[in-house]
Amino acid sequence: MAAPEFEIPKFREFPTVPAMVPGAMAHSKPYVANEKIQEALGFQGKLDEDWQVTHDKVIGKFGELLGKYRSLKVFMDSCVHCGSCTDKCHYFIGTNDPKNMPVARQELMRSIYRRYFTLPGKIAPKLVGARDLTKEVLDEWFSYFWQCSECRRCSVFCPYGIDTAEVTMAARHILDSVGYGQKYSNEILGKVNKIGNNLGLPGPALEDTLLGLEEDVKDDTGVDVKYPLDVQGAEVLLVTPSADFFAEPHIESLIGYGKVFHAAGISWTLSSYASEAGNFGLFNGDYNMMRKVAMRIREQALELGVKRIVVGECGHAWRVAYAFWNTLTGLGAGGDDPFAVELQKQLDPKYKQPSHICEFTWDLIQQGRLKFDKEANDSRIITFHDSCNVARASRMGDYAGGQFDIPRNIIKAVANKFVDMDEATIRETTFCCGGGGGVLTDDLLELRVKGAFPRMEALQHVVDKHGVNFMATICAICKAQFTKVLPYYGFNMRLVGGVHQLVSTAIRLGDEQ
Amino acid sequence: MTLFFAILFYLAFAILIAGLAYKIYDFARTPAPLSIPTTPAPTTRPGVAFRMAREVVLFESLFKGNLWIWLFGWMFHMGLFLVLVRHLRYFVADVPAWLLFVQPFGKYAGFMMVAGLGGLWARRFLVERIRYISTPSDHLWLAMLLVIGLTGLGMTFLMHTDIVAVKAFFLGLMSFDIQALPAHPGLFIHLLLVALLMILFPFSKLLHAPGVFFSPTRNQADNPRETRHLAPWAAQIEKN
Repeated sequence: MAAPEFEIPKFREFPTVPAMVPGAMAHSKPYVANEKIQEALGFQGKLDEDWQVTHDKVIGKFGELLGKYRSLKVFMDSCVHCGSCTDKCHYFIGTNDPKNMPVARQELMRSIYRRYFTLPGKIAPKLVGARDLTKEVLDEWFSYFWQCSECRRCSVFCPYGIDTAEVTMAARHILDSVGYGQKYSNEILGKVNKIGNNLGLPGPALEDTLLGLEEDVKDDTGVDVKYPLDVQGAEVLLVTPSADFFAEPHIESLIGYGKVFHAAGISWTLSSYASEAGNFGLFNGDYNMMRKVAMRIREQALELGVKRIVVGECGHAWRVAYAFWNTLTGLGAGGDDPFAVELQKQLDPKYKQPSHICEFTWDLIQQGRLKFDKEANDSRIITFHDSCNVARASRMGDYAGGQFDIPRNIIKAVANKFVDMDEATIRETTFCCGGGGGVLTDDLLELRVKGAFPRMEALQHVVDKHGVNFMATICAICKAQFTKVLPYYGFNMRLVGGVHQLVSTAIRLGDEQ
Repeated sequence: MTLFFAILFYLAFAILIAGLAYKIYDFARTPAPLSIPTTPAPTTRPGVAFRMAREVVLFESLFKGNLWIWLFGWMFHMGLFLVLVRHLRYFVADVPAWLLFVQPFGKYAGFMMVAGLGGLWARRFLVERIRYISTPSDHLWLAMLLVIGLTGLGMTFLMHTDIVAVKAFFLGLMSFDIQALPAHPGLFIHLLLVALLMILFPFSKLLHAPGVFFSPTRNQADNPRETRHLAPWAAQIEKN
């Protein structure tokens, strides 16, 4: 690891709120998407030469979104600057930049809203904190709306439930539409639209990878665990983040999913056409884009004739799957277009559609259909990092909060040693890993390292106190982000792993006798 | 002066009602195209009503967020609520028993309201983060509410005005039969600022009052696997 060009935050003895350092992160900017990337998604290639044209397009798009999204409209009007959110964002805590306070981030946009869409802002802009839209403002948007991971932690503490994620999504949507997109996210959207997954792995490469995996598992366990691809008539279609196919430690969880299906004797398949659970359309707040990516899954489910759809370990993917798939594609109850009706007839109504892999595994555990050698995990002292999109934007199981209990229940069923981190940093008040929401790119490394700070601090605490040496999580972005940033804080990068990695270690495959 | 205040209050009332009605209509007609409750969230409508009630009456999320802001904010709003209830007696000819009963509570709630406002304003100066996010209008709102509260308390405890005549003035306004308003500087300031508040309400951050009821992160049930949340404009995309 090369020495970083920025200072890594020091752990605090007491969790005091940091003093502000205005402009501390004003230099942070991701790469701008080039024309080719933009146009492949149907966006304007680059900013217009004439600023006035861009100006009018921004205001026009802003007005359009205000009419389409009640969240944006209500949130623009309702903030009273009470300050409850000001010390809640991991990026503020890690960077000290006041524009990373959620309310200040929203004000970047609200100041424009007031100027162009409210009477006081038109009459007395200075008085109400309104300002003209200039190129500098747009640049500021590009900088600071790409310093938000849309984790929704601030929305937990807002007396009006104002969710900065919604504001960030709207800002990015506007930026995309005027030709000011972010390279990392838009490049990925291009790949998933063209090839079927974020990494751009074509079908044959996927097949090779899975065959290799079967050999590895056979060598390891002596059992023929299958990792099927494009199998017509399988009961379950598993849709998982494509990082699971090759990245470490992600692949360990993929191995785990396969072992669960094997041990339970349930037929399943992956799809090469819908080989991505992730949906970066969410990060850019673009409904059409999100729908387009989600449609691939509906099409594949119909094509393969599966009875159930299960989603692998991925935070934002689970948000989109759980909270949006039904609305976007009629995958679930209530869709009335011919495809949705067909799909609903085909899917098994006994199961929640879609299900999270943790719901799936926990159901099997409760039915007594899986057996474990818990001692196999005894070398691990485990803690669990709640991923933001699972914690604050979705659910598992039948009751509110099931998303916190089910993964922990699984861990406790497959391992003996588990401790939670500080209560203020888990469950609904969990801290983002620092890499979510479309910032998992090396051009934002400083932001990612600093954004991980509150989580690293809580982790250090349980490492010191309980000797924790494994932080389990159920998100591909969390896994990739922690693998990268753990070393900056003096931890081993292998400290992070998946819940199904633990399942994989302890599960009895049933046919070894 | 009487005529000035009579016209002012007709105007203020009209702007408040029309402005708020328009804003509420505007919130209501704007679709919420996706299910975005901040979870864990109630899974049923009654559960949502209970969550909203906790939010509106107890300021639950603010309590989780910051105890000082919660304390001052809650004191101010609850004080204001009781004071407003107490003021109902100026608008009904025969004061019912329950309204008589709440009078002393409303009287002393004024102190709670003013203390809360003082605390909130102090934070805008003393806490660096809140100083950073405060706009001039944030200070003016607090100043205005504080002066309304203080003039009200002043008239209750120090420099009394002829409240029988004040009541006659407002009852007169309601029946379009204008009665003389007592000449009292405290009363003039009090009423002037109240009218100004009513006029500015629909154009300002005071919209948080109706806004909270329309906030999708708080008013949606967590049921997306069972129910589609298809907005009309999104349904249009499906047809294409």
